[in-house]
Amino acid sequence: MSNVTTLQIYRGDNESGEMVEYQVPRNPGMVVLDAVHKVQSIHSPDLAVRWNCKAGKCGSCSAEVNGKPKLMCMDRLNKYPDDATISIRPMKTFPIVKDLVCDVSWNYEVNKKIPAFKIRKGERKYYQYEADRVQEFRKCIECFLCQNVCHVLREHQLKDEFCGPRFLVRVAGLEMHPLDTEDRSELLKNELGVGLCNITKCCTEVCPESIAITDNAIIPLKERVVDRFFDPLGWIARKLFKKT
Amino acid sequence: MDKYTTLQYDVIIIGAGGSGLRAAIEASRNGAKTAIICKSLLGKAHTVMAEGGVAAALANLDDRDNWKVHFRDTMKGGKYLNHWRMAQLHAQEAPDRVNELEEWGAVFDRTQDGRILQRNFGGHTYPRLAHVGDRTGLELIRTLQDKGVHDGIDVYMEYTVRRILTSEGAVSGCLAYQRETGRFTIFNAKALVIATGGIGQCWDITSNSWEYTADGHALALWAGAQLLDMEFVQFHPTGMVWPPSVRGTLITEGVRGEGGVLKNSEGKRFMFNNVPEMYKGEFADTEEEANEWVKSVVANKIPKVRRPPELLTRDVVARAIRKEVLEGRGSPHGGVFLDIASRRPAAEIIRKLPSMYHQFKELADVDITKEPMEVGPTCHYMMGGVKVDPETQESTLTGLFAAGEVAAGLHGSNRLGGNSLSDLLVFGKRAGEYAAAFAKKMTDYPKVDPDQVNETVKGSKKPFEQTEGENPYSISEDLKKMMQDKVGIVRTESELKEALGELNKLRERANNVKVGGNVQFNPGWHLALDLRNMLDISEVVTKAALVRQESRGAHTREDFPGSDPEWGKVNLIAYLRGDAIEVEKVPLPIVPPELKELLKD
Amino acid sequence: MMTKVAAPRTATRLGETDRLDLWWIGPLSVFLGLSLFIVYATFRVFYNAHYVIDTASSAYLLSPFYSPLILWDGMPPWLSPGILILWAPGGFRLTCYYYRKAYYRAFFLDPPACGVSESPKKNYTGETRLLLFQNIHRYFLYLALLFLIILSIDVGYSCIWPDGFGMSIGSLVLLTNVVLLGLYTFSCHSLRHLIGGKIDCYSCVAFGHTRHKMWKGVSILNQKHMYWAWASLFMVAFADFYIWMVSTGTFTDIRIF
Repeated sequence: MSNVTTLQIYRGDNESGEMVEYQVPRNPGMVVLDAVHKVQSIHSPDLAVRWNCKAGKCGSCSAEVNGKPKLMCMDRLNKYPDDATISIRPMKTFPIVKDLVCDVSWNYEVNKKIPAFKIRKGERKYYQYEADRVQEFRKCIECFLCQNVCHVLREHQLKDEFCGPRFLVRVAGLEMHPLDTEDRSELLKNELGVGLCNITKCCTEVCPESIAITDNAIIPLKERVVDRFFDPLGWIARKLFKKT
Repeated sequence: MDKYTTLQYDVIIIGAGGSGLRAAIEASRNGAKTAIICKSLLGKAHTVMAEGGVAAALANLDDRDNWKVHFRDTMKGGKYLNHWRMAQLHAQEAPDRVNELEEWGAVFDRTQDGRILQRNFGGHTYPRLAHVGDRTGLELIRTLQDKGVHDGIDVYMEYTVRRILTSEGAVSGCLAYQRETGRFTIFNAKALVIATGGIGQCWDITSNSWEYTADGHALALWAGAQLLDMEFVQFHPTGMVWPPSVRGTLITEGVRGEGGVLKNSEGKRFMFNNVPEMYKGEFADTEEEANEWVKSVVANKIPKVRRPPELLTRDVVARAIRKEVLEGRGSPHGGVFLDIASRRPAAEIIRKLPSMYHQFKELADVDITKEPMEVGPTCHYMMGGVKVDPETQESTLTGLFAAGEVAAGLHGSNRLGGNSLSDLLVFGKRAGEYAAAFAKKMTDYPKVDPDQVNETVKGSKKPFEQTEGENPYSISEDLKKMMQDKVGIVRTESELKEALGELNKLRERANNVKVGGNVQFNPGWHLALDLRNMLDISEVVTKAALVRQESRGAHTREDFPGSDPEWGKVNLIAYLRGDAIEVEKVPLPIVPPELKELLKD
Repeated sequence: MMTKVAAPRTATRLGETDRLDLWWIGPLSVFLGLSLFIVYATFRVFYNAHYVIDTASSAYLLSPFYSPLILWDGMPPWLSPGILILWAPGGFRLTCYYYRKAYYRAFFLDPPACGVSESPKKNYTGETRLLLFQNIHRYFLYLALLFLIILSIDVGYSCIWPDGFGMSIGSLVLLTNVVLLGLYTFSCHSLRHLIGGKIDCYSCVAFGHTRHKMWKGVSILNQKHMYWAWASLFMVAFADFYIWMVSTGTFTDIRIF
């Protein structure tokens, strides 16, 4: 094993920047984030990077390593060939604040659009088999890698029309909650733009929590929207149901 | 001063972890115009790392449980140095706070009859920890965050507070810089709640994130508030030890709660020989008995036998592990073995401990369903902190409140696992409520003293003016190593004195720290500033540790190995006199007789 | 060491990416696989011959491309019975959540792969507007379920020999085809929703527990929806090809018992 790792890290802001090459010593078990920290302590203390838990639980250190959206704290260096240069760039979908730090505030704005959980009156019991489905969505650590890789946001920049996979996951967690009474299907169809998703599954591919975003959250939500707005039989059934 | 933006709020909360968010929700509910200032993005606070659960005597699994038992467990775990009233309020109110979370959308694991599931944990007599697999903290913070979103709370993300502003002996707000731009903002507030968490970044092997640089402790100290119990730093017995890059990362106590056992290199379960006097008779004597207990728990039955000694309090287990390693019975990388693989089927391990499974698989190439983990103690939690009134959480400085890890009193000399998340909720709520009430009584915003602002801004920019000087990272590394060596799990007078000398040297180096680049998102600069907090609070810890000449809870003195009943009657407080840190004994609050009754075995 | 290298921040050309792996293999194989099927299926449907084995000495074997076989007196000779029915399974696959992903990526390059740039300037509307028709998927599902019954009956016919019950390679081929189509159909996302996914609180509704179990079952199959989609696609083409070959006498349909 070579004891030196070569990194190319984006240095700059949203207007201009460049890839700067650094070499850092390599220790057993190192992850990409460790290497970035080494750059800070050896070469460049002002290299900007976000991180918190360093255990894949907080979702702060998202970046693109060799073009793949990843959490740097969970990306082991020994996955890369010893002599390879590893390139690290900030997430592409969001404006760059500095170096590897992006302005992700848009996500927090989107979150505000989603109506809060509204608990049903009375009995609060529900069972683990019902909790299971919702708990998958609640594993989300808000690393925003799914938002970053989603081509609707990344390539088409439809941030005003589409809430992105993260918030579809959040809505799924609310809509499928056994005790929730709020109906968010109209919001889904309109403001959140679930129809803009063309289920190409990149969000699922990058999710560090292995949430089956497309299959378990987005598609079921699309089906709920179909129930409500696009299924004539469902519409008739609802009409009949209401009358009785 | 005019060149700084000034924002006005009734209540400002520093920190957006569990207690900060809970305080903000309550303050806002009580009609206060509320803002949160936090160093990271919202939802990234250290609370997400809490794994095991929230301790609350819901008695969903064992109806013998109630607040009185929880109170007793907490006091006993803290070796009776806790503030009795905080322990009482905490035990009484925790169930309501947990149920409230469910009302706000939290999805706890369920019992077979559809209620909130609770698990066993060290020091808790009955299964008491409401949990969500091993990611309870994430559930808690997300629930509070999403609740807060709709409560009209303003959030200032990635701002670091450098000073609590005071006027006429009371709080007038705080001064913070935005990490992105490096610009300072004045937050003028009627009441301030510090909810900044702990100080774990002062040690080398730690489970705490970069944010835990003792900010709140230092801010309160500098502003004139008193700190309490600062000698008590909890080392969690089970942190990862290999590979080096993850050394210290937490392994939840839940592993042991789910049946995991600790073994030394000889394959022996050494905890049976490490049951302290005060817990004698409460833990299993034999492996058969311990196994029987696990079997009942796994089968969702109430155990009829005593629990395994692996579930002793954290201070006890951490010391036992240290002893095994020192005596040459450690694992290859200087820890001991934590084995769940041979205890539970793989599928159950993955279901009950998913993030542990993931963490070891990804970071250490260890499959915990097949092999044991290597574990060792890691700096985890600060029992000490801002001295607060148990009812209101107000500190000794008027208008300054504190909640969560940064506040002291509830845990005494050692915290029980699971009592931290309930602490956040119970006292976060109280802090928010009373801070709002405090603010309501004031008609005008307090005056901001421009000298305080200018002084702090000037001091903060100093690292850029330095032409010669050291990189902040090397000073921080040396500080951590020094604290680890000399103010670690086991302490002696000579080492503590050496530590004070070392701290002086480090402080000199830190005065000359130099950073390059500019003020925009400059981690080097941020660290240079954080160093000041860490150095001062490291000194407080060292001094308090030097004064307490006994071993109790998380504080172990090799030169005073036993607990001393006389020391059991006093807490230590710390405060600033001029520039000097003073440590002083104060008598323990007197436990009322009816509660004293509960503490008898 | 610090060496500077030039680095424009954003990629805007189609296919531009920092990815170093062979990301284009996935979409290319999907493109080739689907194209091959479409070409074959189109050819076979318009071929309008050799789709059935209907002799006095053997069991009745019908190509799935032509089942149910619709023929009437005076039917124009240019009209293939295949065209009359193939729109239904075709529509089911066209609007399938898996195939949508596959062809949006492989045919429309929207996106070509994850983290790989698309060509700029497109006016993207996703599955709104024109593509709203995808929402018809559940109706195609109802038809697909009907087709499963029909194809099962075909398997039955393939086992009726002049001397009674029997099976040949041909009936095995048809059987495998039905099984794979069944797995594909029963792993459908719409079915998963309708059968129980739409329920939030299983313990609150009538038959909730049963519906949860059914949902769970479909969910397990659904995880492999992509595999069933490809396996059944291949199999249906192979079944047709087998019957074609037997019909021309190239293969002999061996009777097993």
